[in-house]
Amino acid sequence: MELAQMQKSLQDYTKSLFLEGVLDSQFLQLQQLQDESNPDFVSQVVTLFFQDSDRILNDLSLSLDQQVVDFKKVDPHVHQLKGSSSSIGAQRVKNACVVFRSFCEQQNVEACHRCLQQVKQEYYLVKNRLETLFKLEQQIVASGGMIPAMELGF
Amino acid sequence: MGMVRESQFHVLAVDDSHLDRKMIERLLQKSSCQVTTVDTGSKALEFLGLRESNDPNALETHQQEVEINLIITDYCMPGMTGYDLLKKVKESAAFRSIPVVIMSSENVPARISRCLEEGAEEFFLKPVKLADVTKLKPHMMKTKLKKEGEKPSEEENATLKPEESLVVEMILPLNQELELEQKEPMLSSNKRKAMEEVISADRSRPKYNDITTSA
Repeated sequence: MELAQMQKSLQDYTKSLFLEGVLDSQFLQLQQLQDESNPDFVSQVVTLFFQDSDRILNDLSLSLDQQVVDFKKVDPHVHQLKGSSSSIGAQRVKNACVVFRSFCEQQNVEACHRCLQQVKQEYYLVKNRLETLFKLEQQIVASGGMIPAMELGF
Repeated sequence: MGMVRESQFHVLAVDDSHLDRKMIERLLQKSSCQVTTVDTGSKALEFLGLRESNDPNALETHQQEVEINLIITDYCMPGMTGYDLLKKVKESAAFRSIPVVIMSSENVPARISRCLEEGAEEFFLKPVKLADVTKLKPHMMKTKLKKEGEKPSEEENATLKPEESLVVEMILPLNQELELEQKEPMLSSNKRKAMEEVISADRSRPKYNDITTSA
């Protein structure tokens, strides 16, 4: 594939993620923080997000599977996941966490189980999308090209 | 004479989340600040040179020569919260002049007021943005200017130096501040401090040191 074509694909792909609400403007903030002195900043932060989230989702599954659910343990996990997803711009994960927390407050175990599934779904989605995005970037760089700056006019 | 040195501002950032530490560090670096990050309030105090104990003698002997121009801390942290850290800093004679900024992912007006009343300069909602970080410069400038003002030039009269007049101009007339208070719960910097000193019934009228205003 031609370099220009790859760059266009990347831009279109990124744009679609914003239009679908998978990512929000916070992701653009992340990109702005990346420069020649910190060329891998975005992927480093996103990797941290993946690591944190995998761990938290695992802990949440365990906590919700207990005979008696300790919401004092569940809520801080959801709070943390809400925070980190918000920090990288993973909008749908963040929104799912907000809903999750409201059911934690109500101590509604069944609803929390459903929320966990929803959060997992959104998380796997954004993870998949971001991994694809990074692959596209790598292909461009490998072909000697530059990652096009994200245009904000949409 | 009266020139602020070109040295970078040094910010101490406190957050228990590794991801958020990485974010705030990068945001501050992008704003040309030197950054030290720690993951707990206790480590922050240690770094400053403050021991947990209230023994004044301990504070004297343990003081480090680290010049910190601003502390930015997360509110929700296990053990010592950002609010606890703020209080400890403001209670310390050595470090109370360091501006403190609180960050939180939750928009709780009571929490925000409490922090501002305790002396926080700003309260940022997470995720913190570059635009927020640029608001920090004036607070950090204040500490540098103060240091310049405190330089041993006691032979001079206590007339306004150019840097000090800058500080004076930032203080609004009191009635304007009262209006602001009713409209916005979130105020920044010394305007807020001046405000609370006026409305507090128990304290006597504050005297503004080192500032002489020419009529």
